Amino acid sequence: MLEILTEVTWSPYVAGAGIGILSWLAFLLSDKPIGCSTSYFRTFGLFRKCFKGECDEKNPYYLKFAPKIDWQWMLVAGIVIGAFISSMLSGVFEIIWVPDMFAQKFGDDPLLRLIIAIIGGVLMGFGARWAGGCTSGHGISGTTQLSVTSIVTAACMFAGAIGTALIIYGVL
Amino acid sequence: MLTTLHKNRSAQLAIGLLMGIVFGFLIQKAGVTNYDVIIRQLLLQDFTVVKLIATAVLVGMPGVYILKHYGYAKLHIARGSLGTAVVGGLIFGVGFAVLGLCPGTVAGAVGQGYMDALFGGFIGIMLGTGLFAMLYPKISGGVLKCKMIQYDTIPDMLGIKPSYIIVISLILGAGFLYLLEYLGL
Repeated sequence: MLEILTEVTWSPYVAGAGIGILSWLAFLLSDKPIGCSTSYFRTFGLFRKCFKGECDEKNPYYLKFAPKIDWQWMLVAGIVIGAFISSMLSGVFEIIWVPDMFAQKFGDDPLLRLIIAIIGGVLMGFGARWAGGCTSGHGISGTTQLSVTSIVTAACMFAGAIGTALIIYGVL
Repeated sequence: MLTTLHKNRSAQLAIGLLMGIVFGFLIQKAGVTNYDVIIRQLLLQDFTVVKLIATAVLVGMPGVYILKHYGYAKLHIARGSLGTAVVGGLIFGVGFAVLGLCPGTVAGAVGQGYMDALFGGFIGIMLGTGLFAMLYPKISGGVLKCKMIQYDTIPDMLGIKPSYIIVISLILGAGFLYLLEYLGL
């Protein structure tokens, strides 16, 4: 039984089924769909609040998603911990600055990777809020509920991502 | 419905954390917290990400609808428009490929030691959401409301009972996954 926990990789079908069961539990125990991108905005709001002080909030988006720690924020914090535990148990935890495929294509300069990662992150965070969710919110939870909006959004996300990846890696 | 539990804030924070730990554990074990695995999916060379998402949906869907049927859960549909889905989805997609991780898997990548995810992805996503909030008052009545999607769910749209759609989805989904394995992807 314990050997399972130290295995480096699980079949995506096993892990996927686990996530499916997790979504039942999220609906049952927390009345929430699993999602991640709002938490990044709440964190941004928390930092902003530190600098901005206590003046009146005029931007409706900060009223809609108040800067506070909620269920979903804890979910994202939990992901960091869960991935840490998993990688420690299987002995694959390692401080890495540049992923292999990136290094093969663009060299192993950490600064270049960092700049590209920030640019990608900004676009993705911006797009996630524009689309009202991310790969987990729309792709997993929304599709699970057979939501029309989520299915269209997830299809556009993957279309954009596949097209961009093919261009970046020069396959097209 | 477990309304009392849903209203207990500290219990909810604990459940959220616990579920996140399990979620993070599962995505790390599946390998999708790895830049290379995600990029190979986007280059259509490795279908781990699609297999994971499809299985999660195929297992999740009947359970969530059964819970709903017996009154133990309600759906949470994020209504949107073609303006949010197409424009937002495409911008997200470009960022997804440039970063090589999504908002959930970035957190997982941080947990397993990827510093580009911590100092690049994490910070970038936060800044991107803040940038969107700045723009939000200017676009909230325009492009975000452009061509609203009229229906909540596929069963609503087609006027067919959810149970039929779920059975069809399970058959098509299983067939799709079988095809991926058959093709060795």
